[in-house]
Amino acid sequence: MSDAMVIEDLRDVTEKKSLFSPKDFFSNFGTLIGLVLVVLVITIIKPQFLGLENIFNLLRQTSINGLLALGMTFVVLTGGIDLSVGSIVGASGIYAALVAQHSELPWIVPVLVGVGIGFVLGSINGIVIARLRVPPFIATLGMLSIARGITYLASDARPVPGLSQGFLMIGGGSVGFIPIPVIILAVALVLCWLLLYRTKFGRYIYAVGGNETASKVSGVKVRSVVWASYMISGALAGLAGVVLTSRVSSGLAQAGTGYETDVIAAVVIGGTSLAGGRGRLWGTIVGFLIIGVMNNGLDMMAVSSYWQLIIKGTIIVVAAMMDSLNDSK
Amino acid sequence: MELLNMQGISKSFFKNKVLDNVHLKVKEGSVHALMGENGAGKSTLMKILAGVYKADSGEIFIDGQKVEILSPTAAQKLGIAMIHQELSALPEMTVAENIFLSREPGKLGLVDYKKMHEDTAVLMKTLKIDISSKKKMKELRVADQQMVEIAKAISLDARIIIMDEPTSAITDKEVDTLFEIIRSLTKQGKSIIYISHKMDEVFKICDEITILRDGSFIGTWPASELDDASLIKQMVGRELKDVFPKVDVPIGDNLIEIKNLSCHNQFEDISFNVRKGEILGVAGLVGSGRTEVMQTIFGLAPSDEGQIIFEGKVLNTKTPTDAIKHGIAFVTEDRKKEGIIPDMGVGQNVTLPFMSQFCSKFINQYLGFIVDRRKEADTIEKQIKALGIKTKSSKQTIASLSGGNQQKVILAKWLTGDPSVLILDEPTRGIDVGAKAEIYKLMCEFVSRGKAIIMVSSEMPEVMGMSDRIIVMSNRKLGGELNRSEFSQERIMDLAVSHL
Repeated sequence: MSDAMVIEDLRDVTEKKSLFSPKDFFSNFGTLIGLVLVVLVITIIKPQFLGLENIFNLLRQTSINGLLALGMTFVVLTGGIDLSVGSIVGASGIYAALVAQHSELPWIVPVLVGVGIGFVLGSINGIVIARLRVPPFIATLGMLSIARGITYLASDARPVPGLSQGFLMIGGGSVGFIPIPVIILAVALVLCWLLLYRTKFGRYIYAVGGNETASKVSGVKVRSVVWASYMISGALAGLAGVVLTSRVSSGLAQAGTGYETDVIAAVVIGGTSLAGGRGRLWGTIVGFLIIGVMNNGLDMMAVSSYWQLIIKGTIIVVAAMMDSLNDSK
Repeated sequence: MELLNMQGISKSFFKNKVLDNVHLKVKEGSVHALMGENGAGKSTLMKILAGVYKADSGEIFIDGQKVEILSPTAAQKLGIAMIHQELSALPEMTVAENIFLSREPGKLGLVDYKKMHEDTAVLMKTLKIDISSKKKMKELRVADQQMVEIAKAISLDARIIIMDEPTSAITDKEVDTLFEIIRSLTKQGKSIIYISHKMDEVFKICDEITILRDGSFIGTWPASELDDASLIKQMVGRELKDVFPKVDVPIGDNLIEIKNLSCHNQFEDISFNVRKGEILGVAGLVGSGRTEVMQTIFGLAPSDEGQIIFEGKVLNTKTPTDAIKHGIAFVTEDRKKEGIIPDMGVGQNVTLPFMSQFCSKFINQYLGFIVDRRKEADTIEKQIKALGIKTKSSKQTIASLSGGNQQKVILAKWLTGDPSVLILDEPTRGIDVGAKAEIYKLMCEFVSRGKAIIMVSSEMPEVMGMSDRIIVMSNRKLGGELNRSEFSQERIMDLAVSHL
C-alpha cells in the first residue's frame, strides 16, 4: 500500500504546475476575461452602457450584492454556505427603518441597529453550526425562514416610510460624483482584504476550509473560526440591509428576498470552491461585477426578466463547470 | 510448473521509474513471498497483475499463455484476486453484501438476499470463520473485517490470490487459521503471493521468496536458502545499522510521565515515561490503542482517568492548542487527512500553528493580529533549508510535493515552535528510503538537544533501529517494556499479543 502512496507522490511531483502555464493563466484570469467580454458585447449593442453615469448607477446597484458576496466568501472558504443573507438583509433593513423614522436620532443609530441585527443573526448561525454541529445548509436554511418571519412581525408586512434625511443619504447620496454605497463597498472591500490576507485569522479561514482536522491538530480553534465567518457574513448582510433600505427610502418586509442566489453565484463565478479552502477575494469582486453588469446590461437591452433568470442560471452552472473541469485535468 | 510468469516488467509514472525489468515466477500450488522495503515497488507490481495499472513493457504469462490484463475485471476473469492491506469494505453494508458486491445473486436487477446469505454462510463454514453474514462490516473487529476480505477473495474462486500484509491486524490464533486456509488452498493447486514484513511468518508459510529493491529485481530464492540476516541484507542493500543512524545521546531526567491513563473503550491503565534525550518506541498491532493514547496526550481526545506529568507539573491538555503551548508536537499517522492543508503553500503549512509568533511587534499595540510577513518568510526560508525540503518556492502547494517532502514540511512545522516532546505516529509511512534516512537523522539531531521523542511505529526494523526503549501495547493495554539490549522481533510480538 505504501508503494501506492509513493506512486501518487511521484505523480504529484511530475505534475507540479509551472508558474506561468496557459492553464493557470486561464484558471486565474478566466472570469476576468469573461467580465471583459460581457462588457464588450453590451457596449457594442448599447454604447451608452459605458457612460460614467451608468457605470456609477451600476456600481450603486451592485453594492448590495457586493457586500453580501464579501461575507459569503469568508463562509464559503471555510467550506460552509450562508443561505440566510437575503432574509438578514430584510430583518436588519426593517429594524433600521423603524429606528430611522425617529428623525431626531443621528443617522449612525439606525445604521448600528441594522448592522447589529445582522451580526446577532449571523452569530446565531455560527453557534448553531460550529457548536451544535448542524450542517451549514440546514442551519442557514432555518435562519432564512426565521429572519424573514421576524421581518414580517416587526413591520406587520407594511412598508416603513418617513426615514430621516441623514439616513436617506447613505443609499442615495454621493461624495462628489461617487455614490456613497460605492464608497461603503470599497471600504468593506479593503477591510475584508486586510482581514483575509494580512491577519492570522485570514490564514485560519483558509486552513479550516482546506483541512479541518489538520487545522485542529495544528492548534487552530476551528469552531471559533467558523463561528466568526458567519458573524462577518451576518454583519455585512446587516450593512447591506441598511444601504438597501436607505436607497429605496423605506423599510420593506420583502426586501432582500432571493438575494442569496446572486450572492452565491458571484462567489462561485469568482472561482471560490464550495468545498472550501480555495478561492480569492478578487475573484468574488469579478464575480459580483459580472452579475451586476449582466443585470444592468440586460435591462438596458430590454431583455425580459424571465430570460434574464435563465441566462443567469446558465452562467452559474457554466462557471462551476469550468471550475470542476480545471480541477480534474 | 509455473502458474504465473511475469517477465521484464517496467513501469514509470511520468519519468520516474518505479519498476525496472522485474521478474516474478510463481509455481502452481505454492506460497510465494514478495519482499522489499516500502517503496520497493511490490504494490505497483501487484497492481499491474490485478489490472489496476498497465505495465510500460514486459509480458505476463498464465499457464504459459500470454495474457493482457487491462482492467481489474479482466484480472478477475483470469482468476486473480487481491486482498488489500488497507480494508476496502463498505462499513454500512453487511458481510454478505460486501462479499457479493457487484456480483449479487438474483435476476432483473433484484437481489436474492436469501441466496446471498446462504452462500455466505456456506463459505464461512468451509473457511471455519465464525462471523454472521448479516452483521454490518462496521460492527466487526478489524481482524474479522480482514477475514471477510480473505473470504471474499476465496469466493471469487481465484487461482492466484495476492495477500498484501494480511496479518497486520489479526491475532496469532487467527494467523494460524489463515495459514490453515492458505495450506488448503495450495493443496487445491492455487497459488498465493504473500506480501509481509514479518519475517517469521514468511519463513513459516512461504516456499519461495522474491526480493525487490528500489524498483529493481534482486532475485528469487527458495525460502530454505535464506535467513533473517541475509533477507534483510538483500532487501535493504546494506547492513541494518547504516539505515538507522541511531546516535547515542546522554539520557537525562524525566520529561514527560504518563500515569494510569485510561479512556473508556479506547485504552486502559497506560503508564510510561520519556526522558530527555530519549526516543521511546511504541509498538503493537494495528488497533491496539497506540494512536488513541497519543491523541489523548495531545488533547485531541479526553481521558477518564490518570495524569500526564510534564516537566514535574500535572498537565491538563483539553485541546491541541494547550498541548502546543506546553511544547508538545504531534505528527499524525495519516498525513493526507490530518497533516497537510493541501491547497496551502509549503510556507503557510509550516507556520500555521505558530502564527502568533509572526504577528508584528511594531504595530502590535494596536493591530496585534496583523502578520509580519517578512519575519514569517524568513522563518520559512530557514526551515526549508534546515530540513532540506525540495520545493520550487515556499508558495508551491504542499499537495504537489512527494510524500517524503510533505512529511519534512510537517516536521518543519512543528520544529518552528521548538517543542520539547515530539510525538511521531508512523513517521515514515509511504516515504522513500532516502527521505526515511533523512527523517531518522532529524530525529537523532532533535533528541541530542535534550528533547524527547515518542514514536509509534508498526515497522519492526524502524522501531528496533531507532528506539532507546520500546513499550508494547496489546489490546488497548500496556503489554510490556523492553530496553535496547532486549529488543527482538519475537519478544515484541509476544508482548503485542499478551493481552489478547
